Amino acid sequence: MKATVIVTPKLSVLDPQGVAVREAIRHHDLAGVRSVRIGKIMEIESESDIPEEKLHELCRDLLSNPVIEDYRFEIESPAA
Amino acid sequence: MKAAIVRFPGSNCDQDCRHALRDVFGVETDYVWHKDTSVEGYDLIVLPGGFSYGDYLRCGAIAKTSPIMRSVRDAAASGTLVLGICNGFQVLCEAGLLPGALIRNRSLHFICEHRWLRVENSDTPFTSASREGNLLHLPIAHGEGNYRVDPETLETMRARRQIVLRYCDVTGEPTDPANPNGSLENIAGICNQARNVFGLMPHPERACDLLLGSEDGKVIFESILSRVARGGSPLPPVAFRDG
Repeated sequence: MKATVIVTPKLSVLDPQGVAVREAIRHHDLAGVRSVRIGKIMEIESESDIPEEKLHELCRDLLSNPVIEDYRFEIESPAA
Repeated sequence: MKAAIVRFPGSNCDQDCRHALRDVFGVETDYVWHKDTSVEGYDLIVLPGGFSYGDYLRCGAIAKTSPIMRSVRDAAASGTLVLGICNGFQVLCEAGLLPGALIRNRSLHFICEHRWLRVENSDTPFTSASREGNLLHLPIAHGEGNYRVDPETLETMRARRQIVLRYCDVTGEPTDPANPNGSLENIAGICNQARNVFGLMPHPERACDLLLGSEDGKVIFESILSRVARGGSPLPPVAFRDG
């Protein structure tokens, strides 16, 4: 199977990288750009299916830090 | 007194910590490898600064899964003193032994300079040799020292006096210009509820010799030594002990 995990900084947490990139975008004559947030994409390939519950556990305990980040995932192709 | 310094791949302040503990304070000090499974029998466990696992994923995120961390958790739960400096602080937060998290400095720069810190709570095993309001001049060296925590937890931390050190100006005011990295409320160091686990971004181990510009870091180690000399690790009395 293949799962794609997307981790982004929580809306309530300042994202210094995102702010810097937003400023750079504004220099491209796009003054209307309000916000940029920078996260991570992790592509996980597995021989066998990972149950959704297990994926949530993995995201909570390792792939994201719930204090500062949100996550979501998409299961693209089941193994079966 | 016996101290253990845990080395992860990428730790780089381990020798500085040993120098401070062994050469300055005469403490018997061992290195413990992250793949070891026991830190039993030590009075102090130090998680040193550095870049454990190259800061991959998040600072401290991989280190928290190291085999040694199970024993560090057990030791912390039984009242052993645990000191996390810089990357060690990040590891303690990731491991859930301290609340909150450390994100990129608001300037996005790696900052390496001496800063003023104010002791906010001297009623901890790590600051008892100081007085509340004392100023310490300590070096910082980090790119991810911007402390974050949710408002409810912060409120609890305030009530339980878990905020131990704040960045401040030379007069002791925790102003915004004195805040090097954007940390919430200028927070530079915190302890857990039981006060036997302490994490801080500044490097006290690099401030134990005037040749290095300051010896204000000694007060942290003097506090620890005096706690251990007074009979080791029973948890200090605190009003709250739930979770």
